[in-house]
Amino acid sequence: MASESISKTIGVVVAICFVAAIFVSSAAVGLKPIQEENKKIDLLKNILIAGDLYKSEETNVSETYNSKIQPEIINLENGEVVPESNFDDVLNIENFDIKNVAKSPEHGKAINPEKDIAKIVRMPKEMAIYQVKDGESVEKYILPIYGKGLWSTLYGFIALDKDLHTIKGFTFYEHGETPGLGGEVDNPKWKSQWIGKQAYDEDWNLKIEVIKGQVDQTSEKAKYQVDGLSGSTLTTRGVSNLVRFWLSEEGYKPFITKLREEGNSEKI
Amino acid sequence: MKKYREILLDPIFNNNPIALQILGICSALAVTSKLETALVMAIAVTLVTAFSNFFVSLVRNHIASSIRILVEMTIIASLVIIADQLIKAYAYDVSKQLSVYVGLIITNCIVMGRAEAFALQNKPVVSFLDGIGNGIGYSFILIVVGFIRELIGSGKLLGFSILPLTNEGGWFVSNGLFLMPPSAFFLIGLIIWAIRTYKPDQVEEG
Repeated sequence: MASESISKTIGVVVAICFVAAIFVSSAAVGLKPIQEENKKIDLLKNILIAGDLYKSEETNVSETYNSKIQPEIINLENGEVVPESNFDDVLNIENFDIKNVAKSPEHGKAINPEKDIAKIVRMPKEMAIYQVKDGESVEKYILPIYGKGLWSTLYGFIALDKDLHTIKGFTFYEHGETPGLGGEVDNPKWKSQWIGKQAYDEDWNLKIEVIKGQVDQTSEKAKYQVDGLSGSTLTTRGVSNLVRFWLSEEGYKPFITKLREEGNSEKI
Repeated sequence: MKKYREILLDPIFNNNPIALQILGICSALAVTSKLETALVMAIAVTLVTAFSNFFVSLVRNHIASSIRILVEMTIIASLVIIADQLIKAYAYDVSKQLSVYVGLIITNCIVMGRAEAFALQNKPVVSFLDGIGNGIGYSFILIVVGFIRELIGSGKLLGFSILPLTNEGGWFVSNGLFLMPPSAFFLIGLIIWAIRTYKPDQVEEG
């Protein structure tokens, strides 16, 4: 057959690749703005869910976000707010991407493997936090958290009350756990259990944990414990570890301590 | 006209890609724990198969047989990337659940299998119909499996509660097995059994 000649073979292949490349790149470039928008709205939506501001499908996400939420970037080591003058391409409040920040040599750091109970290897040195405002005063602090479950890294938010030890909201916006088993971390009923639990005890020791099985409501520890999900022991353990990691000295504890010393928190 | 109808409808019962050709089983396990993901996957695979058949058939007389598989892969991969981008742009929530499986349509044997077995010997329009037909055959199994798995595994269909679960105050105790991939094997096995009982000529010689 004539189509077997070398020059024709190469010509046809080059032509096909060229056409394919045009189609693929125009789809990728043309649809990028919509995809970025989707991603951003989804993140904002999850911030609102954690802050209990997303009431129904009709909630206008960006409007509510702009009127109620004040984002801030904090230095995790000393809890100080990072001024806008220190922002750059990677570190900025407009599009704070945890993965990029953790990866960057400047703004990320490796975690001491012994302390790395969330199994995330690298973490940002500075983190975006979201304050829920009611007029001038801060009502809640929404803190991003992430860590390994069974199959995937779970990304989510935990909301703390202005007293800094009562949990007000809990949600994951990205994970790849088995639907119906580990994926039940998305179950609204399970998430609602977190609300009202105490992250720390009277002496500010980290107490919150997800236990295996059901919490004994009569026990003294009940206010620090959340039911495990049946059929997903490893995801549950991962969630417990990642929450404990981010609320420890490695995570937001210095920030929380600083707020407390400034007198922002009420007496327990 | 009769020929076109046969090409379009045959793959549903008479020559089903999953039930008779036993192709594309892995994705049928992975995306069927919910009906919604199964539906989106079904549409994506149908369109990719149809268009890859169309384009492969279009260039079939110009490609040397020694590199035909590479050319087919180029076409299929491009189509899959486009499908993936479209899903990410217009069905963001579903794309988060499907994650890598849209990309894995590339490795779905049905797409490659139809390009090799049909599109290389037939005209573009007929090949396109063959792709649609096989896509529908695949979709049929996916939707049946997705329907049963979501209903029994979580008491819902498309996210709406059908059977109220006990842990939400209802009476239905969900069966977690149906959310695990092996249950799809059992279901596909049962479907194959049902189809072959109904059409004994599909039974393979032992």
